[in-house]
Amino acid sequence: MTATEIRELTIERVRQGLLSRRFSALELAQAALEFAQKENPKTNAYLHFCPERALEAARRVDAQLAAGEDPGPLAGVPVAVKDVILTRGVRTTCASRLLENYVPPYDATAVVRLEQAGGVILGKTNCDEFAMGSSNENSAFGPVRNPVAPDRVPGGSSGGSAAAVAQGTAVVALGSDTGGSIRQPASFCGVVGITPTYGRVSRYGLVAFASSLDHIGPFARNVRDAALLLQVIAGRDPMDSTSAFAPVPDYVAELSGDVRGVKVGLPREYFRDLTSETGEKIAQGVELLKRLGCEVREISLPHTEYAIACYYIICTAEASSNLARYDGVRYTRRSPHSETLSDMYRNSRGEGFGAECKRRIMLGTYVLSAGYYEAYYLKAQKVRTLIARDFTEAFREVDLIVTPVSPFPAFRLGEKIADPLAMYLSDIYTITGSLAGIPCMSVPCGRTREGLPVGMQILARHFDEAGMLRLAYAFEQAGGAEV
Amino acid sequence: MKISEEQVRYVADLANLRLTDEEVARMCAELGAILTYMDKLNELDTSQVEPMAQVLYEAEETATLRDDVEGPTLGAEAALANAPLAGAGYFKVPRVIER
Repeated sequence: MTATEIRELTIERVRQGLLSRRFSALELAQAALEFAQKENPKTNAYLHFCPERALEAARRVDAQLAAGEDPGPLAGVPVAVKDVILTRGVRTTCASRLLENYVPPYDATAVVRLEQAGGVILGKTNCDEFAMGSSNENSAFGPVRNPVAPDRVPGGSSGGSAAAVAQGTAVVALGSDTGGSIRQPASFCGVVGITPTYGRVSRYGLVAFASSLDHIGPFARNVRDAALLLQVIAGRDPMDSTSAFAPVPDYVAELSGDVRGVKVGLPREYFRDLTSETGEKIAQGVELLKRLGCEVREISLPHTEYAIACYYIICTAEASSNLARYDGVRYTRRSPHSETLSDMYRNSRGEGFGAECKRRIMLGTYVLSAGYYEAYYLKAQKVRTLIARDFTEAFREVDLIVTPVSPFPAFRLGEKIADPLAMYLSDIYTITGSLAGIPCMSVPCGRTREGLPVGMQILARHFDEAGMLRLAYAFEQAGGAEV
Repeated sequence: MKISEEQVRYVADLANLRLTDEEVARMCAELGAILTYMDKLNELDTSQVEPMAQVLYEAEETATLRDDVEGPTLGAEAALANAPLAGAGYFKVPRVIER
């Protein structure tokens, strides 16, 4: 297989190749691994590879094919998995020094399901430490470079997964999203990324960051592949009590391409200050939606301006609690310079966490501490209700909402890292949907004059991934990536 | 909002987090700026609003309970495998009580 062939693989092409015996799953896995390992130094998208596991999965697919069995919807498909998602026997570091040598004793449910469907996991991808960041610069193992423009960030926190899919070193990937960590890197790298409804995909085996906001979701180079991967990982899991019972529809069957009469809302609060090239591209994207027959109208989400403050109180509070378990006793690296137990905790955590994790632990501990809980945490929980209510009201008028994913395209490495507040503010368009728990996605919507990808965000009602994907598919098929 | 070094050290203590003097100084400035921004929420009157305690839950309260049947567990060896120090089936930590 040539490099170009590997880079342009889709789930469908893999399937055709296997069924026509043009290549075996093992040959594909070997070629894909070799290609990914050779290309990886350009981006640092993968932290480590798991060739043994990949080849074993591929052999299983070949055996099923030889026996005339159905090897599953992801048969032989090379997949990358964000390194905050547990893989049994394969290191899972969360891009943190603390977990540098952590080898999980079990698999995440999403990992089990994608391997049962025939997927071949090539390796684990880089990200911001414990998924905290918007640029992938908070990784303890070096930043990821954007494959489209190597002097730029790939976005974060799932920067490695987005970069691997954009670079062609994986066909699809799993990421995690708490406040935009799938959608924003997808938009920066020019690929499709989905944050499903809260509870749609089991989080069993996802290292917890902010439990009321965490999601696992897919990356792909096209809408159909993203829909297929979502199909495989979605659904109730007894191991995650927050996973939803709602039945999972056939997402791929819903990709009709017909979106005539679909009511699309544009929230005026999102477009008010958007004067950049990103705004121009989204406007062109909206024109395309109109030509496809969508009924576009302006709507209002009045509490948008409070979303960032609300989000960074809730997510840091939950993070400070979730990260308390990294104490140097059970699975994290332990500081060698400690006389007492208390010193050991403090030193292990102080030496192990990077700057952003420390900042969030501090903020979260502060907003939960005696005397501040009501003023910050409880207040934010109430504002979250108002933000969620904004969406409920809006979805009485429209079927879907369209916005930019980010106010700007991929920025330069180092550009924002010195100013944490400025970095937080860049999440403005993605965190509202996260707070409401609704499904949202990024679909490519043209490029800036410099050639940087722009992403259009589509938001839908709870559990209406099918409607969201239908619009994204129609948009993509009509040339949305080139508007 | 101004955050003093003393407050930063107090919170770091609550969080079991050792910070260097340099980190304490930086946290004062950064947390101060971020918390000032967060005060924006006080513009909203939320006296009549319920806090969002549950994101989304569409099933009966008992739906997530499983039957009380034993299943396989991790086992001590696997549970201890990642510990920085373990022995005799236990996690080992520095001395807690002085003799």
